[in-house]
Amino acid sequence: MSSLWSRLEPLLARVRKPARYIGCEDGAASPQHGHGKVAWLLAYPDVYEVGLPNQGLQILYEILNERADAVAERTYAPWVDLEALMRERDIPLFSVDTHRSADEFDILAFNLSAELVYTNVLNMIDLAGSPVRTTDRRPSDPLVIIGGHAAFNPEPMADFIDCAVLGEGEEVVGEITEIVREWKAAGRTEGSRRAVLRELSKIRGVYVPSMYDVAYEGDRVVGITPMFVDVPELVTKRTVHDLGQWQYPKSPLVPLTEVVHDRLAVEVFRGCTRGCRFCQAGMITRPVRERPAEQVRTMISEGLRRTGYNEVSLTSLSTADFSGIESVVTSIVPDPTACGSPTVSLPSLRVDAFTVGLAAKVASGRRSGLTFAPEAGTWRLRTVINKLITEEDLYGAVESAFSSGWSRMKLYFLTGLPTETDIDTAGIVDLAAGCVSIGKKYTSRASVTVSVGGFVPKAHTPFQWFGQNGVPELRRKIGLVREAAGRTRGVHVKWHDPAATLAEGIASRGDRRVGAVVERVWREGGVFQEWSEFFVLDRWLDAMAAEGLSPDWFVTRHRDEDEVFPWHHLSAGLHRDFLWQDWRAALAEAGLEDCRWTPCYDCGVCTGDGLEHIVASPVAPAGGSQGTGQNLAWGGSVPVSLGSKPMVTS
Amino acid sequence: MKVRLSYSKLGKIRFTGHRDVARIWERSLRKAAIPVAVSTGFTPRLRVAFGLGLPTGAESLVELLDITLADDSDVGSIELDEIARRLDTTLPVGMAVTGIRECALSEASAQEDVVATTWVMGVEAPGIVDQIDRINQSTEVWVERERKGEKRRDDIRAGILHLGLIAPEQSEVLPSWWLGESRGVVIEAVLTTAGRGIRPTELVQALVPGCEPWNHLTRVLRINQWIERDGERVDVLSARPAHSQVCP
Repeated sequence: MSSLWSRLEPLLARVRKPARYIGCEDGAASPQHGHGKVAWLLAYPDVYEVGLPNQGLQILYEILNERADAVAERTYAPWVDLEALMRERDIPLFSVDTHRSADEFDILAFNLSAELVYTNVLNMIDLAGSPVRTTDRRPSDPLVIIGGHAAFNPEPMADFIDCAVLGEGEEVVGEITEIVREWKAAGRTEGSRRAVLRELSKIRGVYVPSMYDVAYEGDRVVGITPMFVDVPELVTKRTVHDLGQWQYPKSPLVPLTEVVHDRLAVEVFRGCTRGCRFCQAGMITRPVRERPAEQVRTMISEGLRRTGYNEVSLTSLSTADFSGIESVVTSIVPDPTACGSPTVSLPSLRVDAFTVGLAAKVASGRRSGLTFAPEAGTWRLRTVINKLITEEDLYGAVESAFSSGWSRMKLYFLTGLPTETDIDTAGIVDLAAGCVSIGKKYTSRASVTVSVGGFVPKAHTPFQWFGQNGVPELRRKIGLVREAAGRTRGVHVKWHDPAATLAEGIASRGDRRVGAVVERVWREGGVFQEWSEFFVLDRWLDAMAAEGLSPDWFVTRHRDEDEVFPWHHLSAGLHRDFLWQDWRAALAEAGLEDCRWTPCYDCGVCTGDGLEHIVASPVAPAGGSQGTGQNLAWGGSVPVSLGSKPMVTS
Repeated sequence: MKVRLSYSKLGKIRFTGHRDVARIWERSLRKAAIPVAVSTGFTPRLRVAFGLGLPTGAESLVELLDITLADDSDVGSIELDEIARRLDTTLPVGMAVTGIRECALSEASAQEDVVATTWVMGVEAPGIVDQIDRINQSTEVWVERERKGEKRRDDIRAGILHLGLIAPEQSEVLPSWWLGESRGVVIEAVLTTAGRGIRPTELVQALVPGCEPWNHLTRVLRINQWIERDGERVDVLSARPAHSQVCP
């Protein structure tokens, strides 16, 4: 076991931001490798600055290093300058903890938060010295595992990964460790790789693509079936039932160099049942599980003391929905011994005045910008996507923000949504203009930036049947927004490149045949595809053409009710019937309430897993319409009933 | 009260940049509960002032930091040694306090005050000893540097105050592991920081004309910073013996 440090060290003064390769973070483990221990290399397929703050990776790193039979280190994608020097000198992918070669690990586990990183995964497997295709791997090569949100349709990666883990990793990493430990003890003999994979496929939440046959008729997938009777027909996601029992990370990693979220993060809950139909995160992380407020307070005070940070971010998919939010926020008091008082940041703000009031309470210093996500320009389209924010909610939020001293707002919108017309697109700038005129009452500097992203339908959502807008259509709609904004004082527009949206569409709902496309793009040099300076759509289109695949089939085609999806055999717990009903309800412009505070409509997640919502408050928090379109400014205390049109039932 | 301290930056942590180091200090001061004064205004900041920047990749035994302690802090109750002791527990591996003294609030900042610094460098290139002699005998030494996309040629001879092989007594105070890792010829140079400051990489370019400095510079360590008092060059803070703890 040797460290690669002495070979890396002379290269580091010659590359950009060398501090991202040195490790030495506050909170890092001192990994002790040893006989009989399963060695995990936890990999994030993007640069260190993006990957280091990832909470999922930090949690698993800590849990694994607490085990007597496991050891975990971390690695991130080296930037292209260092990669070139490494390849020139045959230096393999290395861990940042002890600079150990990736091939000295038993498991190479990737956290995938998005699809465009797929080519980086291949690049890192290759840098690790392992064949990129599973069929070429030898018993000595590490097992390649992926997890994270993008693993819910792992089919485009099926040829390159040994396993995918669906859902939360806290418990399953231990179960995987035990099986791999046995395999290691038995000597990882020739031919044993297949046997250990078959064992792993029996763990709930673990999907082994090589144990399944995919049948096609023409372009169409018609069936995905296990090859053996003991391999499950349906792989179901893992969910931690009680977040309060998993107080991680206990020693958060504090990097020596600047990263994207350079502050303490405390996760206040998982899951979201607001039911936004475009949102994969909200669908696949159900149900809502709040962390006890007392534990949140402990994690904040302990974390600040331990890290030296003076800023804490309370994370979740919609932090203002946390039952204990006010009590937690008001309990963060300045520590007299520390220098300066800590500030709280609330990402993913809900759009209403109450939430802004909360933000005003915690914001210290200069109030520069606040971000809201109405997602669609008209109430009609917002009922389609079930983001039930009224204009009053938004204007109330904006009024509250400008009057509390903020001068710049950012509004996030999606374009290319189902049923979207040019009236909806025009509504984007109308809303922004409304916000600017409110702002002008308070400051002459009032400005609103509209950020427009092309919508990519995702697996396990009600919109999985929807045909994504093509590049020309997205360009046209973004053009409409830009044109209208050009005529409106104080409204600025930013937009996401529709070409990247198309590539994301290919990867998001692709089947196994897309794997060859990913490999071609990588072999042509297409790494860091989330970075606009490296993204070239033609690489993707050429690769599709070379493989005889049509972007239209995978991306812009509307799917029928009986479509067999590539993720047909994978379950996030949601009944297919529920998703289909919700898709029909979307087209009928009918909203669906948040089941946290209203009776269950049986999406399937809780009942299928013996789970329940864990929510401290039985009623919706005060303020705004609470995504119901009704006036609940007093805080909802009775179940609301919804729907401008009756729900479609079959 | 103002405190001037010197600290080391050794080993892997040398690859952090000066903005990184500023953040590291901010967190370390908070963790150590040092009563640092905080500026007023929209974005309150700790009242600390850093000395001259250290190039990323270079090491040091004597980086400088001035800390203004809070007025309302019970100044008498926190001894200088106590400050140093607490910081040594909260600074990351590779950084430690190497000297500390009280200084007048009116004292010029380290950035303004320091006129020259002493460097020890491992340089790997043929004929270095001859090159040193050549530079010492020259009246001008031209190097090229790029600034804002424009190439410029500068004569740096006047900024090279001393250049030679490291003296035996000097190498004795250096950490032995450091000498072990500095391949090539170990040289010592005093370079000016006032006016047109000279970087160690520029000296390497002068020693090996036309080179990419980091291909030859195996290790570079700042061991002294000098200020001028009554026409004499004096050490800004006498450094404590170098500690040897670095990130493994």
